[in-house]
Amino acid sequence: MKALVCVKRVIDYNVKVRVKSDETGVELNNVKMAMNPFDEIAVEQAIRMKEAGAVSEIVVVSIGPKQAQETIRTGLAMGADRGIHVEHDGELEPLAIAKMLKALVEKEEPGIVFCGKQAIDGDNNQTPQMLSALLGWPQGTFASGVELNDAGALITREVDGGLEDIQINMPAVLSVDLRLNEPRYASLPNIMKAKKKPIDGTTPADLGVDPAPRLTTLKVTEPPARAAGVKVASVAELVAKLRDEAKVI
Amino acid sequence: MDFELNEQQQAVFDMAVGFGQDAIAPHAASWEEEGTIPRAFLVQAGELGLAGMVVDPEAGGSGLTRLEASLAIEGLAMACPSVSAFISIHNMVAWMIDRFGDQALKDRYLADLCSFQKVASYCLTEPGSGSDAAAMKTRADVTNEGFALSGSKSFISGGGYSDLYVVMARDGEVLASNADTPAAKAVSAFLMDDGSDGLSFGAPEKKMGWRAQPTAQVQMDGVKIAKGQRLGEAGRGFVYAMMGLDGGRINIAAAALGAAQTALNKAVEYAGERRAFGQSLDQFQSVQFKLADMETQLQASRIFLRQAAWKLDQRASDATAHCAMVKRFVTDSAFEVANQALQIHGGYGYLEDYGLEKIVRDLRVHQILEGTNEIMRLIVARHLLDRG
Repeated sequence: MKALVCVKRVIDYNVKVRVKSDETGVELNNVKMAMNPFDEIAVEQAIRMKEAGAVSEIVVVSIGPKQAQETIRTGLAMGADRGIHVEHDGELEPLAIAKMLKALVEKEEPGIVFCGKQAIDGDNNQTPQMLSALLGWPQGTFASGVELNDAGALITREVDGGLEDIQINMPAVLSVDLRLNEPRYASLPNIMKAKKKPIDGTTPADLGVDPAPRLTTLKVTEPPARAAGVKVASVAELVAKLRDEAKVI
Repeated sequence: MDFELNEQQQAVFDMAVGFGQDAIAPHAASWEEEGTIPRAFLVQAGELGLAGMVVDPEAGGSGLTRLEASLAIEGLAMACPSVSAFISIHNMVAWMIDRFGDQALKDRYLADLCSFQKVASYCLTEPGSGSDAAAMKTRADVTNEGFALSGSKSFISGGGYSDLYVVMARDGEVLASNADTPAAKAVSAFLMDDGSDGLSFGAPEKKMGWRAQPTAQVQMDGVKIAKGQRLGEAGRGFVYAMMGLDGGRINIAAAALGAAQTALNKAVEYAGERRAFGQSLDQFQSVQFKLADMETQLQASRIFLRQAAWKLDQRASDATAHCAMVKRFVTDSAFEVANQALQIHGGYGYLEDYGLEKIVRDLRVHQILEGTNEIMRLIVARHLLDRG
């Protein structure tokens, strides 16, 4: 079974994100970028399933500017077999991404698609679900456990109330959660080998998708600075504030 | 001219930093207290290819350039320079065997060394000869089976801990053919296994820094060495030892740089949090100037270090001089930066819990070992004056 793993290049989680002075977006100049941490977990899951003999080939795909190839290369250094880079500069929305991934799935015919549950930049949490809907495939989202069986796969999902087990048919789209695994470090020999692994290039047009955003960003601003708190003199005053100002009771 | 790390170099550095923060940093203080580095950790590092970084991949190594290896050492040292430097010394020995050993020696040792199943130490310095290393007294007498090593080697990182020791000694065979052979040309390198008869160790040394790595005197009393355990050519041991040190000096500088960067990061953070006279420390110009100088020293160190590593990769004729300049400049700068970072922390810097005093103690020895910084000046001056 072939596995397709979708990865995104995002601002490194250690970096303090700053808004551009013209308020058109977030500052990306000279900012350290890395693979979305949830996508690392997706790559790791595919590698573990390959090591267990359940997956035969791992294809890492990323959509984005030229530098997205570095992110693909990170996946190859971890242990994926080859990459596909859909080159596109500028804004992308989940639906356009899902459509491009659908076209790639139809071409590559994987038995399973892994995505991170969301990217830590936009926090959209939409692409895997849209991809599954477009393909008409089952979805297993927020997976913290993946177990293949004769009937398909048993997915443990992290839901608000705890854990939920669902049995799904294959092929399927999975979105993985934080506790599924701990991604490995790429070993030095694998980092060296990664540069020899192939990355195929393609474009949204080749995939028959119009990537133009459907939303217009008016302005991006910093969240308001946290205001100082107030001291209340009595329980009555506290209750009044909670009811009338905070409107939580 | 492009001064950016390429994608692969960045990946090497990022891996080392991440692995160091995960696998070393949380234990650095306890390993220092216990005076040893757990073998299980080294095996983990070996699985990531950190034990034979510049060894040929055919022999189980990672096939890195010197520059790439120095990035890994710098990244690891951000967590602990003592552990990083220990890994560097092991890598130096693995490289010597890969570069100068015959096939039998490579087959015998490299797979285990590159996976850190075996740990190797480098034995050059003696109680009576440090900077003047060629004046060594340890000798390899010729026997029917090969050689018998007698003498002692001091300040040996991994002494009593390692599985393999590469020992530089006066070669009886060379001296038998010409008793007047100059000291440096009478030295050969020998590979000595732990557990050999006649091999013993001094008590673990009590040190100012680098406490995580066990250090002891290595004592040899007629240790039998098979003929095939002589590394490379007879009489070339001193040259091999010096060539090993070229790369070793790059890594000792890289380890100092990584640790000093951590010290600076801590100082910047502390100066932003700590308040005095109504403002945070980083609002005082005296602190700002200090931080600016520290940053400048580290940036200059970094670019100079990478250039020297690149020269070593190119086998440039001035590589040795550059390695010496870098070792001197970077280790002096790094110590100064760590010391200033401690100063910015005030009294807290003097407390173990803040992690500054350890860096200062650890980095002090970087100015002394793998050739003192005075000997580095000697190498640089010779190179400079010969050229004129």
